[in-house]
Amino acid sequence: MSDRQAMFAETPLGRRKRRTERVAKYFFGFMAMAMVVPLLLIVGYVVVKGWPCLSWEFLTTNPRGGGIRGGIWPALVGTIYLVGLSLCVSAPIGVLAAVYLNEYAKDNWFTRIVNLAVVNLAGVPSIVHGLFGVGAFVYAMHFGKSIISASLTLAIMTLPVIIASTKEALAAVPMSFREACWNVGATRWQTIRRIVLPNSISGILTGVILQVSRAAGETAPVMLTGVTVYKAVSDNGFFLYTLNEQCMSLSMHLYYIATQASGAPPALPYAIAVVLLAVVLLVNATAITFRVVLRSRKKW
Amino acid sequence: MSCAVKKIEVKDLRLSYAHREVLHGVSFDIVPNEIFAVIGPAQSGKTSLLRCLNRTIDFCANAFVSGTVRVDGEDVRELRNVYELRRKVGMVAPLPVGLPLSIYDNVAFAPRCAGISARSELDGLVEKCLRQAALWDEVKDRLDSLGTKLSGGQQQRLTIARALSHAPEVLCLDEFSIAIDPVTTMRIEDVLKELRSQMTIVLVTNLTQQARRLADRTLFLYNGDVIEIGSNDVIFSGHPANRKTYEYVNGIFG
Amino acid sequence: MIRLCGISAIIFVFGIFFFVFREGAPFLAKLDWSQFLFSPDWIPTSQTQPKYGVGALIVGTLSVTVLAMAIAVPFGLGAAVFVSEFCGKATKETLKIVIELLAAIPSVVWGFIGLCVLNPLIIQTFHTPIGVNMLNGAVLLALMSVPIMVSIGEDALKAVPDSYREAGLALGATRWQIVYRILLPAAKNGLLAAVLLGVGRAIGETMAVLMATGHSVRIPHSVFDPVRTLTATIAAELGETSKGSEHYQVLFLIGILLFSITFAVNLIADLAVRGVRKK
Repeated sequence: MSDRQAMFAETPLGRRKRRTERVAKYFFGFMAMAMVVPLLLIVGYVVVKGWPCLSWEFLTTNPRGGGIRGGIWPALVGTIYLVGLSLCVSAPIGVLAAVYLNEYAKDNWFTRIVNLAVVNLAGVPSIVHGLFGVGAFVYAMHFGKSIISASLTLAIMTLPVIIASTKEALAAVPMSFREACWNVGATRWQTIRRIVLPNSISGILTGVILQVSRAAGETAPVMLTGVTVYKAVSDNGFFLYTLNEQCMSLSMHLYYIATQASGAPPALPYAIAVVLLAVVLLVNATAITFRVVLRSRKKW
Repeated sequence: MSCAVKKIEVKDLRLSYAHREVLHGVSFDIVPNEIFAVIGPAQSGKTSLLRCLNRTIDFCANAFVSGTVRVDGEDVRELRNVYELRRKVGMVAPLPVGLPLSIYDNVAFAPRCAGISARSELDGLVEKCLRQAALWDEVKDRLDSLGTKLSGGQQQRLTIARALSHAPEVLCLDEFSIAIDPVTTMRIEDVLKELRSQMTIVLVTNLTQQARRLADRTLFLYNGDVIEIGSNDVIFSGHPANRKTYEYVNGIFG
Repeated sequence: MIRLCGISAIIFVFGIFFFVFREGAPFLAKLDWSQFLFSPDWIPTSQTQPKYGVGALIVGTLSVTVLAMAIAVPFGLGAAVFVSEFCGKATKETLKIVIELLAAIPSVVWGFIGLCVLNPLIIQTFHTPIGVNMLNGAVLLALMSVPIMVSIGEDALKAVPDSYREAGLALGATRWQIVYRILLPAAKNGLLAAVLLGVGRAIGETMAVLMATGHSVRIPHSVFDPVRTLTATIAAELGETSKGSEHYQVLFLIGILLFSITFAVNLIADLAVRGVRKK
């Protein structure tokens, strides 16, 4: 027995340390698993329960009998309308505003207030955005309860988040790139267009895509501003909603069927939930894939 | 010397960042086709001085400049077209920056920004600049690969090639050798000696020996004050006018 | 052009303050604040004497939120520690994706799950008459606010320099000791921000609590009592009011109240995060 061996021999303290180490690992692992398991259970349960109702016809036909029979086509169309329109408004404005704030605005009190407002508005409850939509679009601008009011409300709701995520993406482009461009006589706009935007576009798009899923799943604000429980489209046409009428949406349809409609087959709300979940999770999965692929192609 | 044409004329230049003055009235002239070195310890305002020359100081919020900087007799702060000025006064930053573009596009960036788009013209320009920066032979077969993937020394030469691509009349180099190895440094120094016939070079460096090897005249800047300006024969002679210069140049302090 | 868009965003931002306040403002003048805030009587539809006391609603919101946080904070921060310190790279990436997906589930789906899954589960386990109650809503809110806590909390832990960990390891500390004695104190501001953002999310949540908390206006006595929250009240009643009526204005006033609460919570969280960056 040399001294060297004795030095690394097991001591009671060492054993105890290893034990706490293991316990800690499993303890925290359990905490993490406590989140993963419900996700899988919930999605699995909902899919299993909703499966009997799901079919191609379910997706593409009008509801009948006040929504409790037939399909969910108008709700699907309505959701696409709302999300599409709101993103048409909020994505360009949000991205340009972020470019302005990150690339042009000087660091003064005004910019600081705006940044603070953007950060905090991103955390304002969606129902308050809904109230804003009622006050501003439904009444003050006389759009009434309509697709346009609802999608503008969604646009306002997603705007601060798009601004924040775009700013983050822009700030990830190193300052030295910009300085190098300015040093060779490029204008600010040339620098942005040729260097900053090409290298932040993946982050910007990911941020926008995530807002697609958020807008698609949102219920409370659109419920107040323009989504109704039942409004069929006359056949399977796609442009049958006009902007100044009310529409259905998947999220509202789920709420209505789950809480207020009586006599609906038990599988129906589950099936709607499956469709809504599929839309939202697919969009998110797209964003994640997008990010992973583009990150692997990062240029510096 | 005094009757010669002045390329750059700096008079009583003061610069402060939010009430802290970093340049206290700097004045000097640079004549065409000389290599003018600026030496001095860290924090003495060398980089800020350079940024005043091509007005990239504008991008620094809360920087306040007074005094005049004239390039070819024109006050740079009254210029309409500041981008023209920046093309005239090229700048190489201390750390090499390969833009996240191909090597070709890196060099063609400035000409494209200036509105040149003919492929044949760009091809010639890219080759010329890369040759001037002693990089052509190493990259001629892979002009399409990313500039950011080059080694540090190669990136620094790429940066120089980019700075040459808009045919500057003055080339400012800001401690170009701090991130690269001695061999590459020597190669770039050779490049600079050749470029001297075509342009004026302002060389900011904290290697006094580099200033001694390359420059015609040297300015010693210390804590925002000009301690001494003189031809290299005087500054490095062992008995410059100011004792501090002697001590700095000979490594007694700094 | 870009400047214009930047400024228009700013206009939107301030427009929200303006319009919500404008609709609620007329009622502010004749409002009895103490009665409004503390009275538990919410009888807005009465013909003869409507009463607008949001006391019970505030208690409802607070109780659900507090209970949700009691569940979510240990799990959220524990998961953040696990993701940041204890697991391998592959597990970490997978977990982060799962967390992101969890965050993406729409609130109406959560509400639906509360109604159809948790409701019978609670009735069976605790033998209560109804399963749509405070506990149900709190569990849902906990599940909803955990993802944001994990992602912000993980950022905060990541911001602790690796040299701290290495210094700890070099002294022979176990990972648990490092977490407990080095990381938690060093990242406490960021973790606080994570918790606060979770609180903000829980307070502002509408659909899940509307569907799963039982929707009855009263001050709860146990976690199995049904409650109603501020948000759910707006969502449920605004559709039935006419523009400009007192009831309508009061609902906007509740909106202002919610806005102020979440704004304050987010502001504090923002300051806490900023504190982290400065260090």
